[in-house]
Amino acid sequence: MAQAAEAKVEGQQHPIKVYLVVWFWLFVLSACSYAVDYFQLQGYLRWSLIIIFMLLKAGLIVAIFMHMAWERLALTYAILVPPILVMVFVAIMALESDYTLFTRLNYFTGG
Amino acid sequence: MAQSAATEAGGTAVRPEGVEGLVSDWSSDQRTFKNVPWGKAMMWIFLLSDTFIFSIFLLSYMTVRSSTTVDWPNTSEVFALTLFGVHIPLILIAIMTFILISSSGTMAMAVNYGYRREKNKTAILMIVTALFGATFVGMQAFEWTKLIVEEGVRPWGNPMGAAQFGSTFFMITGFHGFHVSVGVLFLFIIAWKVWRGDYDTERKGFFTSRKGNYESVEIMGLYWHFVDLVWVFIFAFFYLW
Repeated sequence: MAQAAEAKVEGQQHPIKVYLVVWFWLFVLSACSYAVDYFQLQGYLRWSLIIIFMLLKAGLIVAIFMHMAWERLALTYAILVPPILVMVFVAIMALESDYTLFTRLNYFTGG
Repeated sequence: MAQSAATEAGGTAVRPEGVEGLVSDWSSDQRTFKNVPWGKAMMWIFLLSDTFIFSIFLLSYMTVRSSTTVDWPNTSEVFALTLFGVHIPLILIAIMTFILISSSGTMAMAVNYGYRREKNKTAILMIVTALFGATFVGMQAFEWTKLIVEEGVRPWGNPMGAAQFGSTFFMITGFHGFHVSVGVLFLFIIAWKVWRGDYDTERKGFFTSRKGNYESVEIMGLYWHFVDLVWVFIFAFFYLW
């Protein structure tokens, strides 16, 4: 990006236009996520659209509004890598809740 | 940042970029986060820890929701409103989302004007951001009241389905609402300091005794955008899923 070089010199200074464009897209993406519910899309289509819109919004906010796109990699990696490890926790708890559901259905219902 | 460059020991003008820069920053035997004021680095680290807190809340929500044998209440209907005689699903939450996105936009503009040293515009935009935030909290209070009084939702049960709905709902949105409320307070304080010209005259802070600097506006902005960021995840996982 052209602004990247300037940003290093004097704080996080970027043209206003960048923020307005991102703002506009955040509105569009929010409207899209709401539309997913409004039109009652279901199944994998619903879930994938929700995740895609969510990640796009989160990415725009972190990269542009929080200026992460212009920070040095030392900070970017220190902040963005640890949350990715949460995915491991998600996987563990997905397995665990699956097992809990299995025991509930097989040993604790209809008995 | 001129200030950080000046305090840098042997401040070399050219630093390596990319992965090479990452390695050299971390192994420089000095401060790791070059060009980043300490307040900003600390805010990022706080936000990282807050990320873990909200992650754990959403994780526990995922765990109880996917392990319950009782049907989950239909959020689309629970949060529907009838406006002007028209029944619209999830409309309250959609409006709250747009309000928070708007506040994020005004906050980003405030940070920008702060670095341009346009103090009045910065202060006004921060006040607007705070008012959007207060509106959000107000709508959340309305939402909670509706759920508790009209729908009979309690942390230990509700008439619409799985009992875990209430407990996770109050915990997650409550914690988020608390963050927004603190942010509104924080915004008013910083806006007042901007308005008074603390960051132009480098007036010392009453607590830290450090010289005032427009970096504070950016640090405030980081917190506010984070609150919006968390809402993006709550909106997706709790309300839309």
